Amino acid sequence: MARASKERAKQQAHGDGDVTQVRARGAAAGDDASGLEQRSENHQIRVRGLAKTFGEHEVLRGVDLDIERGHINVIIGGSGAGKSVMMKHLIGLLKPTAGHIYVDGEDIVPLDDYQLNRVRRKFGMLFQYAALFDSMTVEENVMFPLLEHRKKEMSRAQMKELVREKLQSLGLYNVEQKYPAELSGGMRKRVGLARAIITQPEVLFYDEPTTGLDPIATKNVDEMIAEISEQLGVTSVVISHDMASTFRIGHRVSMLYKGQIVASGSPSEIITNDHPQLREFLEHSGVNVATAEVRR
Amino acid sequence: MSKLISSMSRGIDRIWATPIRFLDTLGEMLTMLGRAFLWGLRPPYRIGLTLQAMEFIGVGSLSIIVLVSMFTGGVFGLQSVKAFRVFQADGYVGTAVSLTLTREIAPVISALMVSGRAGSAMATELGSMRISEQIDALATLGVNPIQYLVVPRLIAATVMLPILTIVFNVCGMFGAYVFVVLVMGVDEGIFIHNIRWYTDVGDLGMGLIKATFFGLMLALVGCHQGYNAGGGAKGVGIATMRTVVITSVAILVMDFVLTQILMQVGF
Repeated sequence: MARASKERAKQQAHGDGDVTQVRARGAAAGDDASGLEQRSENHQIRVRGLAKTFGEHEVLRGVDLDIERGHINVIIGGSGAGKSVMMKHLIGLLKPTAGHIYVDGEDIVPLDDYQLNRVRRKFGMLFQYAALFDSMTVEENVMFPLLEHRKKEMSRAQMKELVREKLQSLGLYNVEQKYPAELSGGMRKRVGLARAIITQPEVLFYDEPTTGLDPIATKNVDEMIAEISEQLGVTSVVISHDMASTFRIGHRVSMLYKGQIVASGSPSEIITNDHPQLREFLEHSGVNVATAEVRR
Repeated sequence: MSKLISSMSRGIDRIWATPIRFLDTLGEMLTMLGRAFLWGLRPPYRIGLTLQAMEFIGVGSLSIIVLVSMFTGGVFGLQSVKAFRVFQADGYVGTAVSLTLTREIAPVISALMVSGRAGSAMATELGSMRISEQIDALATLGVNPIQYLVVPRLIAATVMLPILTIVFNVCGMFGAYVFVVLVMGVDEGIFIHNIRWYTDVGDLGMGLIKATFFGLMLALVGCHQGYNAGGGAKGVGIATMRTVVITSVAILVMDFVLTQILMQVGF
């Protein structure tokens, strides 16, 4: 029953898009409490009034955002909009000046380092340049989370086998003993992804996954993100300014502008949204919105 | 009038900027030390990483410590012979060399050597990891970077520097023996007798206590500078340079303060 309600909520949110619309529908049904409950089941991460100031520079100014469970959520925005800072808050690497971040209903803002470590085990992250440990081989890199968290459940041989399987599932063969410096940019990203998914996290964060890749590698990475999302059923949060990729993979797109979410919805809704900054961003993105390949 | 006040206020700000920055950095370092202490008490205990760091700091610095200590002991012995012969007291050269080595020279020069070699390497390694987001990656993988990177280095430096100081003492005394007894012809019996008569465990203890503090401090500075590095390759270079400068100055300042305190408590 819970699953049916979850699916229904997913379809509802997916079809109609806008956060405010979903909230209004819940209220219109005359059942505020159940509406909120449904939202918390629907949304793996909820951000409320998130603000961050560095010195006198205000980077985030009251961000409200919902990350839908099991979907690919893309956050777009220009350079300096605060995308990476926001992602670092979501994963608990930065503490906000104000606001709340709820992960499965638990506010992670007041948590200390030790408690955050527990929450972070739900997460996996692919960094912009993969952030592989350069003193370790590919095998050691991918095995690292297993050695840290699954030592009691798995033998080393089982870990090695799982690492080989994961690498092969991402199209990487015979690279186990290579060092990150010996790999191409695309290969490094796939190793980074293998490391991120090896412990089967519930949420996967991607920080500008296609930056610096050629068009074919970009398409491959997009397909990889979509496949992983579908196969593992994970919630994906993608930070990007690549609109072609965003429309190709995103179930839900939110635009961050000057530290605030100014538009949010499905790719089709984003295309028709008339927010001036969003229009300008789309016009200069090089993507023809009339013919863009959009995930529906 | 208002111009004068505003320029005076700017001037005062500028004067205060340096001590405030110093206090800021000191506060950050002490916070890091506190976090490292708490994370050090929590499992998993990173024994393998600590042994690796000990190998890097201790075994890796051994050859340079042996070389430097022998020459330091030797040259100190030679200069002492020249000075003491003026008063026909060259029999006390062994005493002078052993007291100075154990109480001052061995811990200070060992710390300076290790800070130049291992402290700067810590800053570079952690700085590179910071700018390539490897430290953030550790955190996202559910591993606390302070526990994984900082705690092993602090323990290793705190343990290894006193051991290197003992090595410095032994080799320094050997160097002094070679130049004072074999080259300058001071009587071997008097040289050794005076060392044994005037040097006690307290002198050795003073040097080892200093070395323990120096080890902790240089690892803390190296880790703090690297951990908070920013601004690409240049930022890593600045972190490394600052580590060498801060540790070199801090070793000499701490040496003075610790000497005062330890002498007050009877060393």
